[in-house]
Amino acid sequence: MQNVVIIGAGQGGLQAAMSLRQEGFEGAITLIGAEKGLPYQRPPLSKAYLKTGDADALSLRPASFFEKKQITLVDGTHVEAIDRAARRVMAGDRSFDYDHLILATGTRNLRPPIPGAEQALDLRTLDDALRLRNALDRPMRCAVIGGGFIGLEFAAVARALGHEVTLAEAAPRLMARAVSPETSERFLALHRDMGSDIHLGDPVCAVRADGITLKSGTEIQADLVLMAAGVVPNSELAASAGLAVDNGVVVDTRMLTEDPAISALGDCAVFPDPVTGRAVRLESVQAATDHARLIAKRLVKQVDDPYGAVPWFWSDQADCKLQIAGLAAEGDDTILRPDGAVFRFAGDRLSAVETVNDAKTHMQTRKRLAQGPVARAALEAAEFDMAQV
Amino acid sequence: MVKVTYVAADGTRTTVDAAPGSNVMQTALDNDVDGIVGECGGAMMCATCHCYVDDDWTEKTGERHDGEDDMLDCAADEVKETSRLSCQIKLTEDMDGLIVHLPEEQA
Repeated sequence: MQNVVIIGAGQGGLQAAMSLRQEGFEGAITLIGAEKGLPYQRPPLSKAYLKTGDADALSLRPASFFEKKQITLVDGTHVEAIDRAARRVMAGDRSFDYDHLILATGTRNLRPPIPGAEQALDLRTLDDALRLRNALDRPMRCAVIGGGFIGLEFAAVARALGHEVTLAEAAPRLMARAVSPETSERFLALHRDMGSDIHLGDPVCAVRADGITLKSGTEIQADLVLMAAGVVPNSELAASAGLAVDNGVVVDTRMLTEDPAISALGDCAVFPDPVTGRAVRLESVQAATDHARLIAKRLVKQVDDPYGAVPWFWSDQADCKLQIAGLAAEGDDTILRPDGAVFRFAGDRLSAVETVNDAKTHMQTRKRLAQGPVARAALEAAEFDMAQV
Repeated sequence: MVKVTYVAADGTRTTVDAAPGSNVMQTALDNDVDGIVGECGGAMMCATCHCYVDDDWTEKTGERHDGEDDMLDCAADEVKETSRLSCQIKLTEDMDGLIVHLPEEQA
């Protein structure tokens, strides 16, 4: 194997390049990114960056790193096609040959088919975040479409900066895809206490020049509308190359597509959940970087271990750090510990623990789940002390 | 500017100039210092920027922050009394000359 090409220069793509070198790969590594400039961290864009505007703090590695590690970064470049027979990717008038290709194409913001949606701003790239920051230079009325992590993180920052915030979520509760009803309630109270006006179960049906209109008929006046209605995986490239795509690029337990010369990682990859076998696609730094390490080990050291990392997620909203260890499915049972930690169960098995400002329980759970499943009965006997199971 | 010296597990020393206000993790990444990963970007969600503050400097760098202990529990290498998450050490003028030692493993 001489040439590895990585499409997507986000945190996962970069990690793949770094891990390949760490494992001792001496061939050529080409990292192709659609955005201009060096790879950067996205999580702070809706958190610290919105407050401070400090783009330097987003930097993952300096330009000198790429030289030193002989990683060729091709930025500002859209890959248009993969020729699997020739093992080549095409981007404009350039082409790149590969022995192995890693798809790290990530996601893009979902633009629901709402009239006027094109007037709404996004929060996904550094350019988006810069635009938002510039728009928030005077008191604004902000309308946020979507009550997931990004919409709520933005709402918390905007309120703290003194802007008016109205948020509309189509589902009956906040962060419904990611957390238990109990945690949704807790964060609803947090945002309402901060003075945000939250509308649940009321989808946005129009974006106007002066605000948004909800399905119930409620009209919300706003100077700025943020679209935070979720993302869609960038899997078109894989699909047009004939690879299986189903809510993302389908890979096996080794993060390998049906083509043994193509792997996929991170937000764009659909892989079998190591615990349940269910096909999942995770949107997190942790999954992207752990996928990358696994792929690098397989390519360089021929280690064929299945992917088995414990998923974890976090969100900062005002002074609340929400941490999730594990992966629950909608409808999993919930037990609320008196201190507020939320334990979720798929039948008899602990699926996830949600905590707020409780790093200890979070880390105990991550460590414990890495060792194997935890039974509900054992936890009950230990009075939900993760250190005792 | 303040000088920070990173001593790798194999003894290699790297001294870099850093801006007060930055932190020891970001300074390492910006200067290509191997041995610090900083996967979560300083959000205190991982323990991949673990370092040992040199004995002569522990007073200046101060106590661990809230939650730092819990994250350090999951560090890949041995946790000592001088262990810190380097993302939580914010550089000030009086840390000029700071020395931190890096563990063999971060993840």
